[in-house]
Amino acid sequence: MKTYADINRRIEAGRAVVMTAEEIIGYVEQKGATAAAAEVDVVTTATFGPMCSSGCVLNFGHSKPKIRMTEAWVEDVLVYTGLAAVDVYLGATQLRHNDPANMYYPGEFRYGGGHVIEDLVAGKELQLFALSYGTDEYPLRELRTYFTIQDLNQAIMVNPRNCYQNYNVAVNDSDRVLYTYMGRLDPNRRNANYCSAGQLSPLLNDPLYETIGVGTSVWLAGARGHVYAEGTQHAGACPRTEQDVPRGAAGTLALTGDMKRMRPEFVRGVSLTGYGVSLGLGVGVPIPILNERILKRTCVRDRDIQAPIVDYSSDYPNRSSRVLGYTDYETLKSGEIEIEGKRVVVGSLSSYARAREIAALLADEIRRGEFLLAEPQQRLPVDGRMKPLTIRPPAT
Amino acid sequence: MSTTVTKKLMLFFPRCECEKPIIYHLVKDYDLIVNVFRAKVTPEEEGYLVLDVTGTEANIEQALEFVRTFNVTVNYAGKGVAWDADRCTHCGHCVPHCPTAALHVADRGTMEVAFDEAKCIECLACIKVCPYGACSSAF
Repeated sequence: MKTYADINRRIEAGRAVVMTAEEIIGYVEQKGATAAAAEVDVVTTATFGPMCSSGCVLNFGHSKPKIRMTEAWVEDVLVYTGLAAVDVYLGATQLRHNDPANMYYPGEFRYGGGHVIEDLVAGKELQLFALSYGTDEYPLRELRTYFTIQDLNQAIMVNPRNCYQNYNVAVNDSDRVLYTYMGRLDPNRRNANYCSAGQLSPLLNDPLYETIGVGTSVWLAGARGHVYAEGTQHAGACPRTEQDVPRGAAGTLALTGDMKRMRPEFVRGVSLTGYGVSLGLGVGVPIPILNERILKRTCVRDRDIQAPIVDYSSDYPNRSSRVLGYTDYETLKSGEIEIEGKRVVVGSLSSYARAREIAALLADEIRRGEFLLAEPQQRLPVDGRMKPLTIRPPAT
Repeated sequence: MSTTVTKKLMLFFPRCECEKPIIYHLVKDYDLIVNVFRAKVTPEEEGYLVLDVTGTEANIEQALEFVRTFNVTVNYAGKGVAWDADRCTHCGHCVPHCPTAALHVADRGTMEVAFDEAKCIECLACIKVCPYGACSSAF
C-alpha cells in the first residue's frame, strides 16, 4: 500500500519507478503482481484521437478604445462571445464562415475550429474580427487585428468531453458510402473503423475510476492539465466484463490545461469528409499504483477489451440499441475482424502510435521529477446512465 | 539482350506541347513499355503525367532526351502523390482505402503507418480520407 504523498516524494527524489500501460503487462507477468505493486509507483496511460467536445477560452485584452465583443471570428471561424467583454470561447467543431458544409456532398471541411486551435498552439499569427453594438464604456463597434497566442492574456483549453472510456466499432450496412465522424464507411460492411487506444487508454486502465477523478493531473498535449469534472455523457453504469471493463462507451473526462504550454504535434485540426471539423488531441494520464488491485487493472490487454460493432447507416442515426456483435482490440489491431462470417478490413481514427509516444513522454517527465501526481478531490460516478432526449410537446 | 529496368517518372508538359503524341514515340521509337498511372491537362492547357517506363537503361535515357526536346520537365522521383510524415498522426484511417497497400501499418506492435511510394498507383483515395491532410497531390 502506498499513498499519493509517498509516490510524490519518490518522484521528487527522482526515484519513482514508472512504466507505460503497455510495459507493465509483461513486467507483471514476469515479476508477479504482488512484487510489482510494491515496486512500481506509476503506470502511464495515453490516447490520441479526434475529440470533438474540445475548445478554449481566449482573453484578448483591451483595445484602445475598448470594445465589448458581441460577435467575433478568429480566422473567419465564429467564436462564442456571450461572456465578458474580451473573453471568447472557440469550439473545435465550429465551421469557417461560408464553408459550404455538405451543400456539395460530401463536404471537405478543410478548416474550422480545430484548425484554429492547432494554429494558435503552433504560434501562428491569426486574424481577429469583432463587432459590437457599442456602450458608454465600450464605445468601439468594429475591430480587425492580428495576434499570436503569446499576445493573449490567457488561452485555456476547456474540454467538456475527452477520453471516452471505450467506443463503438462502426460499419455500414447500407449500399452507399457513408461519411461519418467515424470516418469513411464503405457499403455492405466493406470496412470497419474503431477509435480507442485500447490497452493504453486512460479509463480502460482504471475502469471503476479509483484513481482518475476530479482534480487528477493529466498531460494535456504536453501541458500540465487537470480533470475538472466528469465529462459530458459520462455514464458509469454500463455492461462490463468480469474484470469491470466497460463493453461500450461508459466514462468520459472533462479536461482543462494551459494552451501556451502545449506542443503543436499533439493538437491537430481534423477534417472529416462529409462530417465536419474536429480536434485531434493527445492526452496522458498517470495512474498511481496505490495497491495491487489498482496495478492489476492497469495490466488490461487489448484482447480483454471488447467493443460493440454498430451499424452507422440505420441503427446509429435512429438510436436503435442494436449491436451486431462484439470484437476486441487485439483483433481490431490485426487489421481484420469477422462479422457474421464475413471478413472485414479495419481502420482506425485513434492513433495507437501517438498514444505510445505520449505514455513514454509522460513516464519520462515523471521519472525526471517534473510531473507530480494530484489526488482527486472527488470520485467520478460509477452509477448513472446516459439520458436520451425526448422530442415532446410542452408539459403544460 | 540487355536487362530492362522500370522507372517511375512524372512529366510536366508546358502549354504548347499537350497536343503532341509524345508517349506514342516512347513505345514506337524507343521500345518502352509504358504504364500510365495518372494524366491531367489543366485549364491552362499544361499537362501532368505520372507513368512507369520499362526498357533498357540506354533506351530510357534516349527517350527522355527526346522528351526533353519538347521542353518537358522530367521528374525522376515520380511523385504525384506525397505523404508528409510530419503531418501523419498514424491513425490508420487511410489503410483500408488504399487499394495497393502503399499506405500500410508497418508494425502491428507500434501501429505506425508507412508509405511505400513504389506501390502507389495515384488513385488519390488517401487525399479524401486523411483527416490530417498528410497526403497531397502535385496536380
